[in-house]
Amino acid sequence: MKTQISNGRVIDPASNIDSHLDLFIDEDKIVAISDYYDGFAADQIIDASGLIICPGLVDLCARLREPGQEHTATIDSETQAAAKGGITSLCVPPNTDPIIDSPAVVELIEDRAKKAGRTMVYTIGALTQKLEGKLLSEMMALKQAGCIGISNGLSPIKNSLVLRRAMEYAATLDFTLFINATDPWLQAQGCVHEGMVSTRLGLGGIAEAAETIAVSRDLLLIEQTGVRAHFHNLSTAKAVAMIQQAQQHGLNVTADVSAHHLHLSEHDIGNYDSLSHVMPPLRSTRDRDQLQQGLRDGVISAICSNHQPLDNDAKQGPFAQTKPGISGLETLLSLTMKLVDDGEISLKQAVANLTCNPATILNIDAGQLKVGGSADICIINPAAHNECQPQQFVSSGKNSPFTGWLFNHEVSHTLFNGKLVYQKDSD
Amino acid sequence: MTTSLSNIDTLLTSMANDIRHQLADKNILLIGIHTGGVWVAKALAELLDDDFFDGALGTLNIAYYRDDFTRIGMHPQVAPSDLPFSIDDRHLLLVDDVLHSGRTVRAALNEIFDYGRPARVSLAVLIERSGRELPIRADIIGQSINLTDDQHIKLSNGDDGLQLELRSNDQ
Amino acid sequence: MTNNQLTENGQLRHFLTIEGLKRPLLTEIMDRAEQFSSIGNRQVKKVPLLRGKTIMNLFFENSTRTRTTFELAAKRLSADVISLNISTSATSKGESLLDTLHNLEAMHTDMFVVRHNQSGAAEFIAQHVAPHVSVINAGDGCHAHPTQAMLDMFTIRRHKQHFPDLRVAIIGDILHSRVARSQIQALSTLGVGEIRVIGPKTLLPADCQTLGVHVYHDLDEGLRDVDVIMTLRLQNERMQGALLPSAREYFQCFGLTEEKLKLAKADAIVLHPGPINRGVEIASTVADGPQSVILEQVTHGIAIRMAVMTMALGSQAEEGVL
Repeated sequence: MKTQISNGRVIDPASNIDSHLDLFIDEDKIVAISDYYDGFAADQIIDASGLIICPGLVDLCARLREPGQEHTATIDSETQAAAKGGITSLCVPPNTDPIIDSPAVVELIEDRAKKAGRTMVYTIGALTQKLEGKLLSEMMALKQAGCIGISNGLSPIKNSLVLRRAMEYAATLDFTLFINATDPWLQAQGCVHEGMVSTRLGLGGIAEAAETIAVSRDLLLIEQTGVRAHFHNLSTAKAVAMIQQAQQHGLNVTADVSAHHLHLSEHDIGNYDSLSHVMPPLRSTRDRDQLQQGLRDGVISAICSNHQPLDNDAKQGPFAQTKPGISGLETLLSLTMKLVDDGEISLKQAVANLTCNPATILNIDAGQLKVGGSADICIINPAAHNECQPQQFVSSGKNSPFTGWLFNHEVSHTLFNGKLVYQKDSD
Repeated sequence: MTTSLSNIDTLLTSMANDIRHQLADKNILLIGIHTGGVWVAKALAELLDDDFFDGALGTLNIAYYRDDFTRIGMHPQVAPSDLPFSIDDRHLLLVDDVLHSGRTVRAALNEIFDYGRPARVSLAVLIERSGRELPIRADIIGQSINLTDDQHIKLSNGDDGLQLELRSNDQ
Repeated sequence: MTNNQLTENGQLRHFLTIEGLKRPLLTEIMDRAEQFSSIGNRQVKKVPLLRGKTIMNLFFENSTRTRTTFELAAKRLSADVISLNISTSATSKGESLLDTLHNLEAMHTDMFVVRHNQSGAAEFIAQHVAPHVSVINAGDGCHAHPTQAMLDMFTIRRHKQHFPDLRVAIIGDILHSRVARSQIQALSTLGVGEIRVIGPKTLLPADCQTLGVHVYHDLDEGLRDVDVIMTLRLQNERMQGALLPSAREYFQCFGLTEEKLKLAKADAIVLHPGPINRGVEIASTVADGPQSVILEQVTHGIAIRMAVMTMALGSQAEEGVL
């Protein structure tokens, strides 16, 4: 099978390309990126006139709910959603059921993903057994089984000694540690940012310090242990500043932010809108602005979906009793490009934040268009002018607060390993 | 029955005469139904001797006793009922401006019985018009008048004193 | 913020929170309560206004006093009223809360009076009831208790003439108090000159001043020259969460005693939403003293609830002729 993608604007920050070129694909590999390829007889030509061609997106954090919560979503359903979102590589955090703390679970997830065949699914193994924060997991076995990193998921490690040991052991194995920074005690009673909105609605607040105390402790231990670490899903301006300082001091730390934290603030909770219930919570508008600034400064180098599909019942109830999370795979690209439309970041940076930057964090061969490389490609329509309709999501989770938002950019085609896994209906 | 309105002062005078003849020496308590009935009751009290009625004028607001709450909701303003006397075993004269369907009087009687058990209740109305929906009749009547369903009588109390007006829906 | 507690004509459909309601509506509630309050003095303490209406008191959190006043209010209006105490363990999932609701709705209920330990529960229920059903919030978590606030305003109005001339102090656990939130919103909507909140930092919410109040941590300073003192109930569990060291120390710092009361204006009145912890937030001599209007509040609670129930059910009436 030979595919030619013609007439599109190729943007690949990793190769510093931004020009109108054709892509020539033979089976699962890119064979040329040029105006013309002599003797190439395409079986399939994708006309990308007016479209943007970029590497398939790399998502650092998406929950697929399988194994354990197949009634909510499955690897099959969610990789379809990923394909619709232009995502060709994604990472699942360890808090599945059973937890990713044994090679068997890693194999199960990889098998299912391979069978679905729409996107590359990477696993992040559990840092401690059962994520209890007490005993180290068998990290070597997890690494050999294919885990791309190690994390304690959303269960913070309370005991600093355990965390230090875990970091030391991960550093020994040259494993990247993924951290969701939060102080369990300061977070315990809360469900929203502690501020104007928690005060008005009488909801339990989560102080900014819940994040900054954890980031601060973790940075000190990262410095001491020398582990390579990545912070998931920052939510506060202060945490961004702390990471920036650490980076300036030469510490090997990176950070990402979810697409929704770049657009929403505590005020979007309005009158107890449970669709805006996320963890970490949506914070003040100033925090949101500083997260955008952190992107511009390069302190935060990746934008992730933090995809958490939930069924309707999970969002039905008094706010604090609803489950946090947003179904984000299908809005990751559109929300990121909206920052470009709003003049917050450049197009090149937006693409980099979704492709080569997260690939670098994961240390995987993805997020770049290169001859001989895997043909993972996302084609974007920059003039879609589409209204977001979560009920039309392919994902089993329709839980998105972005209903009615107007998006200029949307994915028109996704190729994974040279195979067309998504194509927007021409309606 | 007639089809046009007489002069209001004439009607009030005739009513006062009837009351004087029928109810003298009965130690009557006077109660007006809010709002038109209260005006008529006051006017009647002025035409009769100071001590004809026993005690102050009672006012009744039947807003809480209406049978059409589900249909039309509450009036914006409701002055509470005020019966500044005990009605047990007393003879009451209940006054309203227009007796039409009889529903207002029904509501007023219900409310009266929530205050106590009167010995007797008489009813005085300025205008008795056609259109009764309940078996209720007045004892003292200013004028009886035959009207069609789309005609209404409105009593107002302005700078020129009490005024009666006949209106039609098509006007 | 969407205001789904009003009909298109600006009438009260649900009563969920004071927030977003305009002054004329609050005044109307008090005026109507004034009209209803005489009914309690009659031989038959009942009017047939809501005859044939079915009102369900759904109490997911126990409260004898509030439930009783709502029941009495409904009964004085001749509605059929049923009170259900529903343990929250049975409805720890929102799904079954909705199930409970729809089951009761199927019994042709016209109004739900809801008390729940979760902030936003009344709002949630209001979003899911059929169009002809009204919801009255009888207290949701730490969010709102609008009928309590309105009976407090009613009590203040009976004693003080003009809201803009008043200086009002609210003392105690503002952070966890749905009463305080609704009081603050009602007082500011009615244009009260100065609203003060007094309490230790552990019991005041973050960015408290965004509610439009002056914050005091010292009782003596906060009470100086106030016209109205609103005390709040201090829950015993506050000692456990490391919010306060002990009830004794709290009383020493923030308890309203006769001596402290003297710092306020001579004619200041003292309110408390009940039930009172004597010797914790207020001294018995003050609670039972001449400046206390605490029992009046209870009486007024019935009239306020009659007013709100009538307005909410009346707003459902078809637009018709008189």
